[in-house]
Order: sequence, then C-alpha cells, then structure tokens
Amino acid sequence: MGEKLLMKGNDALAEGAVRAGCRFFAGYPITPQNEVPEYMSWRLPQAGGAFVQAESEVAAINMLYGAAATGTRSMTSSSSPGISLKQEGISYCAGADLPIFFANVVRGGPGLGNIAGAQGDYHQSVRGGGHGDYRTFVMAPNSVEEMGNFPRRCYEVAERYRVPAMILSDGVLGQMMEPLEFKFPEVDPKTLKAPDWALGECRGRKNRLVGSYDLNEGRLEILTVNRAQRYREIEEKEVVFESRQCEDAELVLVAYGVAARAAAAALKLARAEGIKAGLLRPITLWPFPKRQLLELAGRVKGFLVVEMSLGQMVEDVRLATEFRAPVHLHARPSGVTPTGEEILQKIKDVMKAGKGERACCK
Amino acid sequence: MLQVTKRPESLLDVKMHYCPGCGHGVAHRLVAEAMDELGIRERTVGVAPVGCAVFADHYFNCDMIQGPHGRGPAIATGIKRSRPGCVVFSYQGDGDLASIGMAETIHSAARSENITIIFINNAIYGMTGGQMAPTTLVGQKATTCPTGRDPRVNGYPIRVCELLAQIEGAKYLERTSVHTAANVLKAKKAVKKAFQCQLEGRGFSLVEIVSTCPTNMGLSPLDACKFVQEKMLPQYPLGVFKDIEGGKHDASRN
Repeated sequence: MGEKLLMKGNDALAEGAVRAGCRFFAGYPITPQNEVPEYMSWRLPQAGGAFVQAESEVAAINMLYGAAATGTRSMTSSSSPGISLKQEGISYCAGADLPIFFANVVRGGPGLGNIAGAQGDYHQSVRGGGHGDYRTFVMAPNSVEEMGNFPRRCYEVAERYRVPAMILSDGVLGQMMEPLEFKFPEVDPKTLKAPDWALGECRGRKNRLVGSYDLNEGRLEILTVNRAQRYREIEEKEVVFESRQCEDAELVLVAYGVAARAAAAALKLARAEGIKAGLLRPITLWPFPKRQLLELAGRVKGFLVVEMSLGQMVEDVRLATEFRAPVHLHARPSGVTPTGEEILQKIKDVMKAGKGERACCK
Repeated sequence: MLQVTKRPESLLDVKMHYCPGCGHGVAHRLVAEAMDELGIRERTVGVAPVGCAVFADHYFNCDMIQGPHGRGPAIATGIKRSRPGCVVFSYQGDGDLASIGMAETIHSAARSENITIIFINNAIYGMTGGQMAPTTLVGQKATTCPTGRDPRVNGYPIRVCELLAQIEGAKYLERTSVHTAANVLKAKKAVKKAFQCQLEGRGFSLVEIVSTCPTNMGLSPLDACKFVQEKMLPQYPLGVFKDIEGGKHDASRN
C-alpha cells in the first residue's frame, strides 16, 4: 500500500486479486487477457495459492465453482468468446449462491471478432449472461489503478450477498500501462472468517451441500425470490459512480470504462469552448446509478451516451431517466475507441439539433 | 447378538429414488463402505453429476456439490487444489463422463489430478429416458437409435479405461461390474484401492463400474444382469488397466 507502481492493466488486475486474498485461479489462453493467467501462474504459488491452466473456459469456470465452494477466494478471467463459454458455470454459481469473481477483458465481437478493446458484452454482463433469473455485480474500471483496486470490492460484495461479481474491462485497459497504487492493505485470507456453507471437512458438524437444483414444486421459486431480496439490497447500497461537472450541465455525457476516458477528454474540450457539458460515469454497471440519472433528467436538456458497442447501456439510461430528457447515442462498436474530438463534434451536433434522437454509428 | 451388516455411516438414512434393479444403489453403498473402512468420511467431498445420480448429493454423508453435466472432474480439481487435505471423488455416468465431459475426463487424468472418479457405465442415458450413450453397444436399441446402434450412422462405443490407460497421468484404472455378488465384492476392493491411490498422493484414479439400467434397457432386473454378462462384458472386459505404484508428484500441491 502507498507504493507507486507502473503496471499493465491485466497484471494490475491479477496482482490486485492476489492482494485481495485470491488463492485459486483457473483460466485458458485468449487475447487480450493472457497476462492475467501468465501472472497468476507464478504469483499464486508464491502466495501459497494454486493456479491451473484449464483445458477450456468451460473447465476453468467449473474449477472455480469447486474452489469457491470451499470458501476460497478465487478468480477466472477471459475475453468475450471465452466468457460466453463460461456462462453456464456462472449461472450454476449464481444458483448455488457462491461468491465467485471473474473478469472479462472485452474484445470486438460478435463471433471471433477482433482483439481490440470493445464494450459489446454490456448486455451479457448486466442482464445475467447465462440461463435463469440471476444478477451479477459488475464493476467497470477505467484505469489501470481501478483494475488493481476493484477486485477487493468485488470479493467483498460477492461474499456479503453471495452473488457472482465481475470486472468488465476491455482490451485497451488490459494492455495499457499506467502508474497505480494499491489503496488497501493486503488481505491474508487466513484471517477471513470461514463461511458457514463452505465445503471441506465435516468433522463435528452435519454434512453440507452446494448445488443449484430443487425439483420440489414451488421450492425453486421461493429460493429465487429470496435471492432477489439480496439483489434489491445491492441496488440500494452498492451503486458506485463518478460525476464530473454535472452541477450546471445542460448536456450530460454518460460513459463507462475506457469510453469514459474519451468522454472526459471531450468534456474538457467542450468546457474550454464554453459548452455546459458534464459526465456521469457508472462504475457499477449493475447495480446501475438509476437514481442519479433520474435526478439529472429533471434538470438537464439531454444526455449523450458514448459507447464502444452498437448502443447497449443507452437502453439502461433511457429506462433510468424514464424518457424525461432526450438520450442521444455516439456508438463505436467492434473494437474502435472514439476520440475526444469526434465526441465533441457529436456534442455540438446534438446541441444544435435540440431535441430528438439520432443514433450515430459511422 | 452378532451384527453382520449395517448401513455405512457414509450413507445417509434416506430413501433413494433409483429404479428396481438399478446399479447405482449398490455402487453408492460400495463408495460409502470404502469411505467408512478408510476412515475418510469427515474429510471427503463428493461431486454429484447430472443424470440419474444427480441426487447422490442427498445420499452421501459427507460434504457434496452438484455441478453441470460432465464437469465433475473440473469441479473436483478446484476443490482438491483449494483443500489438498480433503479426499475428493466425482461420481459420473457414461453420458456425463464419456460424452459431454470427455475433455474434463481426459485432462484431469493428464494433469494427474489427485482425485478419484467413480464411473457408472450402463450403456444408456437414464435420467433423460433411454437415449444412445457413448457406451451404447453396436446393435443396442435406444430412443435415439430405435433400430439399434448402427456404426455407419451412430459410430462405435467408447472404451473409457482403455482410452485412459495410455495417459501417463492416470495412475489407477480398473473396470468392475455389479451384476453378480462376486463382482460386487471385487468392485468394492477396486473403489477402496482407488481411494487409497489418492490418499497416497499417487494421482488420478478411476473405477469403471459396468452397471444395469433395467428401465431403459427395457429388461427385467435379472435380464439386465444377464445383458451385462452376455453383451456388455465382451465389449467392456473387466480388470485392472493400470496400477502405478510409488511416490508421485502430487498435483494438488503447488
């Protein structure tokens, strides 16, 4: 803690997880997240943990299912196609109320797509991703420092509410180097209280079961509804966002992750020209900062959502603002990072056109 | 009074759902007896599959986890690497282990994960209602090969022990059956030896148990046993395929 380091985003993510108490990692190679398993392969044994290069993403998430069931802070990471493969296992973990942690270093899609940073996996992340009714706590870092510091928060939320937690990153954040500081004391997992559901030695207690099925009529519904109460609590208590210059803003940019950095650059340019813009950056994508957006909707002329996808988060912004203000979109899907200049141009277009919606996807 | 038999402590006193003549109940008891005799119940974690044995998590008196179809060995890997002091077994059927989960089966053997797999081969999908399994015999009828398995259309059955025997990491492999009392006793010994292999840190062990599914074979329990003897054993010969002694690298410890 306190030391300034220069690290690559993926390395910071891995180191942050280990410092947060991660002692098991299973993964499979896929670009642009390869540094995470590579880092873990030497770092975890050093910390007294275990690393497994799995035979597939499917195997990796199931190794995580087993490790998490023992109460071990564990992690897997992948990139878009690999995360799709993991979804069945994530659903099982959600159904078994296991606190797992994983990261998606998103690349351009659909299909094999490309290996550039993208944000096309937003829906998959915030709507569940796998089968069945469940939610995943989703954090979207926008710097190497946040890559390194968010794993700890993910473990804490995952364990408090017994839900899957993930970091939605992208190929830009994963690959770039920046100075960072780990802003929390290193967690020794031995000092954490062993959960009362963890599998292991049943000496002196009743045997425990971890699973996600219940075939008795109506019982699964009760389990699912009870779990949803925890989801509501997460929505009330765990929203994290960043707000810049929204106080007097007429147009508020809404962007997350690396797109928010481009939006921040545009904000600076706009303010320099006297345009009253602001920036709302959701840091948790689920839970989404609905209340803050609705409050802004009552006093701004409009929103401009900047996304490196066809426009996915824009739907959540519209739902959150209850259509009280126009919501515009600047979309650069499939591995293109927007520039501050092009966003500034879009801001000007939007403000000139006044009301009305126009999706730009050049 | 002399008590000659009792319920193993490792088996819970609950009603099982298995059909009359099904081999799962016998196989469960063998696993439980081996756990009792080795004194490992309190540190064993079992993995229940998808398939008829999905409810095994409610039958064994040790910590249990139920996971996705075919992924038992991956789940067992995660448990064993996190809790190397635990004895970990994965209980799987033929569709689970040799079809959807074949990659996990082969790679957990290749890594020589220090786990034990109990593999029930009854040549049919049970829970889903009698579809063709990777171990269904040539000519054997199933709901997805109603006129019998035709190699030209459906390919050939897989011999799991023979396949795994060529993998260096597989340390103990034996095929047994539960269709006669004598074979049940042999199967029990094999299960115990497989657990011992794990306790000695020698690496991957698997016991295949050729078993009966009267319901989906469309046979009476007795005829199902006869089917095992006459049709299955020629395809799946019993015996020890591998028993590598000696100190081994323990993959559960980094």
